[in-house]
Amino acid sequence: MDIYNMPLTMAEKILSQKVGKAVSSGEIVVSDVDFLMAHDGTAPLAMEQFTKLDVDRVFNPSKILLVIDHAGPSPSDKVSNIHKMMREFVRKHGCHFCDVGYGICHQILVEEFVEPGMIVIGADSHTCTHGALGAFATGMGSTEVAVGMAYGQTWLKVPETIKVEVPRELKWPLSSKDVALHVIKELGADGANYMALEFVGEGIKKMSMDSRLTLTNMAVEAGAKVGFCPFDKVAQNFMLAERGKLFGYLEPDKNADYSDEITIDAPNIEPVVAVPHSVDNVKAVREVEGIEVDQVFIGTCTNGRVEDLQTAALILEGKKVKDGVRLIVQPASRKIYLKALKEGIIEKLLASGAIINPPGCGPCVGRHLGILGDDEVCLSTQNRNFIGRMGNPKAKIYLASPAVAAASAIKGVITSPTEVFKSDN
Amino acid sequence: MIIEGRVWKFGDNINTDLIIAGKYKFDTLDMRELAKHAFEAILPDFAEKVKEGDIIVAGRNFGCGSSREQAPQVLKALGLKVIVAESFARIFFRNAINSGILALECEGISKAVEEGEVLRVILDKGVAENVNKGVVLRFKPLPKFLEEIFMEGGFIPYVKKNKGIKIE
Repeated sequence: MDIYNMPLTMAEKILSQKVGKAVSSGEIVVSDVDFLMAHDGTAPLAMEQFTKLDVDRVFNPSKILLVIDHAGPSPSDKVSNIHKMMREFVRKHGCHFCDVGYGICHQILVEEFVEPGMIVIGADSHTCTHGALGAFATGMGSTEVAVGMAYGQTWLKVPETIKVEVPRELKWPLSSKDVALHVIKELGADGANYMALEFVGEGIKKMSMDSRLTLTNMAVEAGAKVGFCPFDKVAQNFMLAERGKLFGYLEPDKNADYSDEITIDAPNIEPVVAVPHSVDNVKAVREVEGIEVDQVFIGTCTNGRVEDLQTAALILEGKKVKDGVRLIVQPASRKIYLKALKEGIIEKLLASGAIINPPGCGPCVGRHLGILGDDEVCLSTQNRNFIGRMGNPKAKIYLASPAVAAASAIKGVITSPTEVFKSDN
Repeated sequence: MIIEGRVWKFGDNINTDLIIAGKYKFDTLDMRELAKHAFEAILPDFAEKVKEGDIIVAGRNFGCGSSREQAPQVLKALGLKVIVAESFARIFFRNAINSGILALECEGISKAVEEGEVLRVILDKGVAENVNKGVVLRFKPLPKFLEEIFMEGGFIPYVKKNKGIKIE
């Protein structure tokens, strides 16, 4: 406010700092990029495009990360050859590289690279996740990432912002996944197209970093360019613990200009699922309770973090996955996997009958590690339930929180977490 | 520039998983090979029947979902040059122009054209005309630099020519 003499949203503030003058929504800016990322579904095309540019080297290898997460360990010889291309590119250019088993690109960015105030461009739509750390992070195509890798720049339209107020702390069995699905239901699949979402209020202040990342990860499912949480005390402590670095608060100004404001509050919020075949097709768990499931998947960049696995283990401890149901659990990163091992989470999950996949995206992208059969039903903690998403256009995908997923794995039908677990919380 | 072609019509929220299923994209960078699977889940014979110069007309939020640039690139590989929709998802819109496909937002287009009819897009005048019915609609003009990117044949030739991103 002091510097620019006008109240700014998170998006306006970060972009203003970046370009060195006050900018407001609607303006198109050319900006330096602080970090770029691509994975095995998008990096090969980015590399091919890069070679068409008349540059020999990437602009700065320390600002570029390539990750093999979408189809690793490789399910075929063709995929292996694409992975080889990536390793060769990394050898030549010296950029950061995370090979098979390191984790999902977005989780790695959270653990090691993203900082508040950064401009982050990822060749993946869920790059919007990193707004939870106060970064202007957004998904683009392979070509734009290739150009960013060559010149260190991109163009952006400063987005309008929708303010999403969560005024009260979430209580069991609610999770930030339920909040995300409520928001998407209210806004629709394109309700925030070209815009930013800002999640604010007491409910966000009390939310862990893991929960916030779930929320911002889902922003693109309403079409948003990025989903922000204020970079506050919780975020500051997270960065101190995770990276040993101290960053100042980064918050929207009071009286910033929002194009719309919505409130997600009890008692109008309850555990929900997105039913086939769109993410904005959201129903209360009680409306779909009893639908049989063949597979339950807990993982992904949306819900594959320690808190998510912990919730699942709490519900599954001492119980068994229903006969005939496959429960697949996939930690989002090696770091998460190790932590879950040390805390006994993995043991509880295995004892209940769960299958543990190696860190990565797994069946969410439909290439391996849990492809569905014809007419099969999967309840997943991932972010998309589009036709064919999990490898079979004849299958049906329901999306829900880890709590609903774990409860449903025990019962073999879509189940409210309160049916199988009583919490004092 | 005038582009005329036979129309393929789609509804709202056509996502990039429907345009090209994710499971194929890890196998190859050959867009002609990938293009065989375009719209496979909803129109299994699309790739076989689509002809060079055909035009896609769609509803709201065309291209939502994944950032995969393979989506516009397979459509280009099939000979499509223009998509006219009520609206586009943001990433697809950028990817289309960057791939050298014209993505035009045109309110009312869904109701103005039926599958198989001929649409004529006159870029300089900013209009799309249903040749069969004589209905003319005005589309949202592209920002100048995006039109330049399209005219150069995509983002790579544009960046090569300008030695970077130059927007005034």
